This record gives sequence, C-alpha cells and structure tokens, in this order.
Amino acid sequence: MSSTLYNEIINEHNLRPYHKYKLENANYTLEGVNPSCGDEITLELFIEDGVIKDAAYEGSGCAISQASADIMAEMVIGKTLDEAIHLSDLFLKMIKEGVSNEELEELDEAGILQSVSHMPARVKCAVLGWRTMKEIVEPLKNA
Amino acid sequence: MRELDDKVRELFPLIKNNDIAYLDNGATTQKPDCVLKAVEKYYNEENANPMRGIYELSVAATDAYENAREAAAEFINAGDASEIVFTRNASESVNLIAYSYGMSQVNEGDEIIVSTAEHHSNLLPWKHVAEVKKAKVVFFDPEPDGEFDINKLSALLNEKTKIVAMTQVSNVIGRINDIKAISKLVHEKGAVLVVDGAQAIAHIRVNVRELGADFFVFSGHKMYAPMGIGVMYGRKELLEKMPPFLFGGEMIESVTKERTTYAEVPHKFEAGTVNVGGAIGLHTAMDFIRQYGFEQIVTRENMLTGIALDGMREMPYVDIIGGDMVCNHHGIVAFRVEGVHPHDVAQVFADAGVCVRAGHHCAEPLHRYLAQFAGTRINSSTRMSIAMYNTVSEVERFLDVLSSIRGLMGLS
Repeated sequence: MSSTLYNEIINEHNLRPYHKYKLENANYTLEGVNPSCGDEITLELFIEDGVIKDAAYEGSGCAISQASADIMAEMVIGKTLDEAIHLSDLFLKMIKEGVSNEELEELDEAGILQSVSHMPARVKCAVLGWRTMKEIVEPLKNA
Repeated sequence: MRELDDKVRELFPLIKNNDIAYLDNGATTQKPDCVLKAVEKYYNEENANPMRGIYELSVAATDAYENAREAAAEFINAGDASEIVFTRNASESVNLIAYSYGMSQVNEGDEIIVSTAEHHSNLLPWKHVAEVKKAKVVFFDPEPDGEFDINKLSALLNEKTKIVAMTQVSNVIGRINDIKAISKLVHEKGAVLVVDGAQAIAHIRVNVRELGADFFVFSGHKMYAPMGIGVMYGRKELLEKMPPFLFGGEMIESVTKERTTYAEVPHKFEAGTVNVGGAIGLHTAMDFIRQYGFEQIVTRENMLTGIALDGMREMPYVDIIGGDMVCNHHGIVAFRVEGVHPHDVAQVFADAGVCVRAGHHCAEPLHRYLAQFAGTRINSSTRMSIAMYNTVSEVERFLDVLSSIRGLMGLS
C-alpha cells in the first residue's frame, strides 16, 4: 500500500507545494479542519465573473491532506464555479464509492489519491481541501 | 510463578499466527486464550441473570461475578470488595464519579484541578461538572520533559479545590506520576483525588491504599480482558454518601410509588443487568497477569522499551516525547519524526504490518501544550506501546520501518 500512496507525486506536492502561500488578492477565505488528524488549511480563492481565477492555501497537516489541497488548487484555477463543484463531487465519489475510468481521467492528477478509498482513517485528510473549496463555492453559485 | 519469555506470545490467538508487530497496546491489548475460553465457558455453561434468580445457574453467575469483584479488590489492594464498582471502561468510571460525586459536592466558585496530561476521559467529565455547577477547571501543567513539579500543585491547591484529577501514567508521556505525594497534598486541603489508572494497571503493581487514591479507574481491555468491562474503585465512606449515577434494575432495596431506597454499595452504582461475562474475563486476565507477576512484566517491558529507545536515539530526526530514559516510559513511547506528519508515519508503519497509533491520543491539550516547547505546529504524535507479549523481533521491525520513513516520504 505504501508504495502506491506515498509516491513521488504526493511527496512532491507535500514537500514542494505549488500553491501553498498567502494569496494577496483573495476575496474568499475559509478555514478547514480535520480533527481526526489535526490537519488544518486556510483556503484562499480569487473569484471573478463566476470563475476561480486564483487559488492558494496555507496550513499544516499530514502529507495526504496537504498534497491533496495543493492538487486541488492547481486543478480549480481557471474553472467555473460549476466545474469546480463538479470536480469536488467527483473526487468525493472516487474516495467514497469509486469512479469509472472516464471519471478517473477527468480527475487528472487528483486520481492518484484513489487508493485512499481503502483507508477509512485517511479519507478525511484527502477530502479536506476539496470539501473546503466546495464550502466556499457552493453558496456563491446559489446566490 | 510462570516464567515470562517469548513463549507468552503463543498464548494470544490473534497475534500467534499473524505476521504483524502489534505495538498499540496503549489503545487496547490482545486477549490470551484463557480469557477467551473463560468468557466462552460462561456463556456455554453458566449464563443466567445474576442477583435475581433463585435457581442454581443464577446463583452460580452471581458467585462468578462477585468473585471477580473480590479478585479486582485484591489486585489493586482495595480495603474491601464493596469498593469495586464494575463499569464499561475507565471513561464510564470517571463519568460515574463526576455525575455522582462531582455534581453533588462541587458548588459555584469551587475549583477542580486537572493535570494537562489527562486523557480526555479524565478531563471532559470535569469540564462538564464545572460548566453545570459554575465551578472552575484549573490546569496543572507538566514541565517540558513530562515531569510534574509537585510544588506547582501546592500553589494551585486552595480551600476552593474540591477534586484533583490526575493520571498515574500518562498515555502519551509514559511517565509515572508520584500519586502518593500528590494525594498527601490533596488531602491536606480536604479535596479528593481521582486517579486514572488505565495505562498503569497492566504494567506496574497498583496499590490504591498506599497511593492514597480516593478514586481509581481502569479498563479491562487494556489489561488482556475483553472490552466492555472496567472498574471504578472508590473509598467506601465516599461511595456511601454518593447518590446513584444510573437508575434502574438491581440498584434498589425497595421501590414504592412514593419512594425508593437504594441498594448498598457497590450495587447502588450498578443499574441494570451487569456484564458477568466481562467480569469473568477480567478476573481471568488478572489471574493471568499474577501468574507471571509484575516483577517479570516490568523487566520484560523495560527490556523491550530499552531496545526501542536505543534504536531511536540513533535517529537524530526522531524526537521522543518524555525523553529517552527507559524508566520514564512504562511501555509507552510517543515520538515525532522531523518533517513527516504523525499520520503519515503511522501509515508507513501500517503498510509494513506494524500497528502503532497516531494523533493526539485523546490528549489534545497535552499535545498543544508540548508542541510549544518542540517548536512545532503539529499537535499530535505517533505512539508505540508495549505489552508483556511483545518480542525483540517486533521492536526491531518497528525500528527498521522507522529508519526508512523519511526516505519513503521524499526526504533524505
């Protein structure tokens, strides 16, 4: 299991994240906490005209939570609110019940976290970033 | 006296034929064959509702249950078997004390001193009592190395202090606290001392009267007994003045429409049908421990802890909570690996078949407190914890995996 979970991609996103910094022009900020692991992230989004123009996060936690948040940030930049919610739902579906090959392809790099679905203790780590992002975006879409 | 060596592992069916290193004994221990057989025998041959039946089976079940109470009293050197109340576990035991003694004795403005090293079990019930009664919880902090400075407790104690809650062995630090000295101070101020013995009971000889504990709680499942049976020891004079906690069957003397007279202690605190199977399992587990004796158990567990600590000392990126002296650990070694989150550490161990625990181990205030000295934002740790049946090869396997973790996580 370890060889598939802590692969180079996860380690890279954890150790040298692309989107882990303070986003100066953010207009939406939300803290997400996973009490079981003690993972914390503060997600910042810059949203304009219904599109996520930029995304970054700060925080601390296990490699799974941090790498997953980094991958999420990378993937939602440039996406509309609907597309971002769709991706979040797809990610949750992958972890909870599994996805088709096409859906897995759609999840792109986030698909490498698929193996977490067999690790109940790590599910909350993997979904933290995605869940937090959806919590920001969903009310905006409905507004 | 039975000799304690690697052969003891053969007596535990779950690990006997299983290629895992089970080092999560602080969470729960495995059960020896004799305990499992005793529980099975009870349900196969002796099961009946105790206390009430006139027929032979029920009398036998009652006897078995009360014999277990005698055994528990003897095991911790209580003055009398009636000072032993069976509960589900240590948490329920503390809740019983909090709801019964706490709610009736603590008043507005009073203080409850709780050590910062407490498991949430010996913290949250007191926070609740304080909230309801408008009293105050005062924290007794350990030193950065995990030692409690008794002078600090003296400074916190005053005439408002009603209860002091303190663990005998912390489930994170592993250090044994000087309960005897603490109880003396607590009693000088007229307060009572509630001792959490969950992490001590399987590892050192406990003598509640010598310790001066007013209440002492533990779970059976951390000492080779089944889950669902625990003990609340209380000094008889305190138990007698305490109101019941749970109401219902078996805890009464007489009930009319107008009034109820409660049963004598300990039955007053054991409402409903009791866990006879669990009590028999606990009795058998206590006998099992006594066959080996604590002298051998301490020697073996210290030997294993020593090997672990020697190996960890060689790894400069491993930070051991509570220092690296064997005498300070009592089978519990919590640690951090620099640059790797504790949950990732435990995951790597899990994948290699080594069972260890990660998180705040139900001691969140302690982790937050200790994190400030370690200069980390990580409020958790990984913990390996040893029992009498562990072997040198399990500890060596633990060390092998530990030394590989940083590499696996992409660190040099």
